[in-house]
Amino acid sequence: MTPKTLFEKIWEAHTIDSPLQEAARRDALTESGVLDVDNVAGERQDLLYIDLHLVHEVTSPQAFEGLRRGERPVRRPDLTLATVDHNVPTVGRDQPNPDPLSAKQIDVMQKNAEEFGITLFDIFDARQGIVHIIGPEQGFTQPGMTIVCGDSHTSTHGAFGALAFGIGTSEVEHVLATQTLRQARPNTMSVEVTGELGPGVTAKDVILAIINEIGVSGGRGHVIEYRGKVIRELSMEGRMTVCNMSIEAGARAGLVAPDEKTFEYVRGRPHAPHEDIWESSVERWSQLSTDDDAQFDREASLDGSQIRPFVTWGTNPAQSVTVDGRIPDPQDFAMPERESTERALAYMDLTPGTPIREIPIDRVFLGSCTNGRIEDMRAAAAVVKGKHVAQGVTAMVVPGSGLVKHQAEEEGLAAIFVAAGFEWRDAGCSMCLGMNPDVLAPGERSASTSNRNFEGRQGPGGRTHLVSPEMAAAAAVAGHFVDVRELIT
Amino acid sequence: MRQVSTISGRAVPIDRENVDTDQIIPARHLKRIERDGYGPFAFESWRRDPEFALNDPAYAGASIMLTRSNFGSGSSREHAVWALDGLGIEVLVGVSFADIFKSNCLQSGMLTVELPGEDIDHLMDLVQKAPQTEIVVDLPTQTLQVVGNSWKRSFVIDPFRKYRLLRGLDDISMTLEYVSDIEAYEQRRDNASLPSTAASEQSNVRWKSTY
Repeated sequence: MTPKTLFEKIWEAHTIDSPLQEAARRDALTESGVLDVDNVAGERQDLLYIDLHLVHEVTSPQAFEGLRRGERPVRRPDLTLATVDHNVPTVGRDQPNPDPLSAKQIDVMQKNAEEFGITLFDIFDARQGIVHIIGPEQGFTQPGMTIVCGDSHTSTHGAFGALAFGIGTSEVEHVLATQTLRQARPNTMSVEVTGELGPGVTAKDVILAIINEIGVSGGRGHVIEYRGKVIRELSMEGRMTVCNMSIEAGARAGLVAPDEKTFEYVRGRPHAPHEDIWESSVERWSQLSTDDDAQFDREASLDGSQIRPFVTWGTNPAQSVTVDGRIPDPQDFAMPERESTERALAYMDLTPGTPIREIPIDRVFLGSCTNGRIEDMRAAAAVVKGKHVAQGVTAMVVPGSGLVKHQAEEEGLAAIFVAAGFEWRDAGCSMCLGMNPDVLAPGERSASTSNRNFEGRQGPGGRTHLVSPEMAAAAAVAGHFVDVRELIT
Repeated sequence: MRQVSTISGRAVPIDRENVDTDQIIPARHLKRIERDGYGPFAFESWRRDPEFALNDPAYAGASIMLTRSNFGSGSSREHAVWALDGLGIEVLVGVSFADIFKSNCLQSGMLTVELPGEDIDHLMDLVQKAPQTEIVVDLPTQTLQVVGNSWKRSFVIDPFRKYRLLRGLDDISMTLEYVSDIEAYEQRRDNASLPSTAASEQSNVRWKSTY
């Protein structure tokens, strides 16, 4: 047997053998004047079966409208789950939504779910939350599955050894109608993180280090498998943080091979396999790893022992430096990086040579599909316990789901945040993307645990620095960036 | 989906690397439930700069957008393609495009043409110096040509994709022709092992305000 990568095993298990499609493709090519239809240069498209389709209010209305116009049903409502997350307010949930467009979009999600028979975790469901938090939380996300959603951070689910990626609205409609997707087969890439992480260095720093190393388009056309000792030793939450930001390196998806930690995390969740089929499920999942002699199309490697807490300074997630560093000088770069660095520093209002630790901040955002899980809440609470948010800083914690929020309250974390002067919000995407009421004012500077620092991402004119939950919490208390390693030793 | 064949017109230069979808269409404009009407919000913040190419009347009515590498990075929002469509853009020419964005383009009948960096440098320089330059992108012959000039380049496209673009074929109706293959796959798969969302009884626990 040819040795295979984890990606290839999942892809091949979900490729629908379609003699009809192949015949149609050959006819089309012959008609186009292609002489040798067996040897066509270009990408081959496979018809891929989708095991779980997650749907949210922002990228689905046009897809449901398309179904309605074509008089098509949803092929597998039982493999489809909807929620509202991007566009929901995180305060005043019991009040009427002040934004009529936003209210309508949430209402349309509800109506579409009813009309097409899809389960919806609506705004008043205790399980509502960010779509990539609730899939794993409910046990819907399992190893070896194919998972799609009209959201680029669907790569999060790859932490379970599931092939998960974001799609556009036309493809959302395609999956709703057919439970399949036509996809060109991506290439494979291995990113190995060796060694051991030092104290205060987190999964967020690992992925920021990877993106810094390979660049924002370093993974384009590839599915990354994260490997190595550092990845194996990360918790499931940490692996989700790493896989979540695969798209920030331009990758189609991120994967981590499932292991005992994965199985333990899934076990007992509401939609996990029942105990009577648990052993056989684990046996099946245990096959899901890259064979020893399998070849990746590309490989990269990082020494985890060298990774320090990262802070982004620019307007893409690769523009970052370690917390003990300084704002770079554009003159140190060649074109075109020099120009993009100059533009980024102008937008961010930063001066070359400034130590990262001297940058004052106005806002702190703790949450998002990158860092809105219970472990993130615990890590940040441990830093702020007994301390208070600095004067002039507004800080908020937005749990990734209603259940994360509930658990954090049970564990006393919410009380720690509230006592420290943080706002404690309801679940949603919140200030990650600036489409709901949670936004930065023009010129405001944030320390954010989210995933994108693009211009205006958190609000027009807002300036975003991406960091780990620990680093964000420490910055909230100090009013500027601090090296969290100094607080914990 | 609209058919794509030959597109000719002026090209507006977006002379930056890694143009992300938050610039093409900011999230605050994604609240609408329609596929159209996004054009006025395309590149909203960059358009506040009077120097930005889209504000230059010389490029008014351009049907081609010229850019550099990794255009469309970030979010999966197809609204980005709809916004460009709303600007009247029919073809994007650049060094490379982000994966999800590129597949959204094909779904919406927006042709993407990838050329080597030196060719893009040449075109960028040409249209910045002479905005009235007419360019012809011809899908049947897979060529891009500058009008009144011998400069011509070929581009690569998967033949099956080309076939579908030329005819404006809708992927869904095509795939539904193979529904028996999908059914056969479903029967062969051990469906019982997939978690069913339908089994999810409506939660009795409702949201409540805490703090």
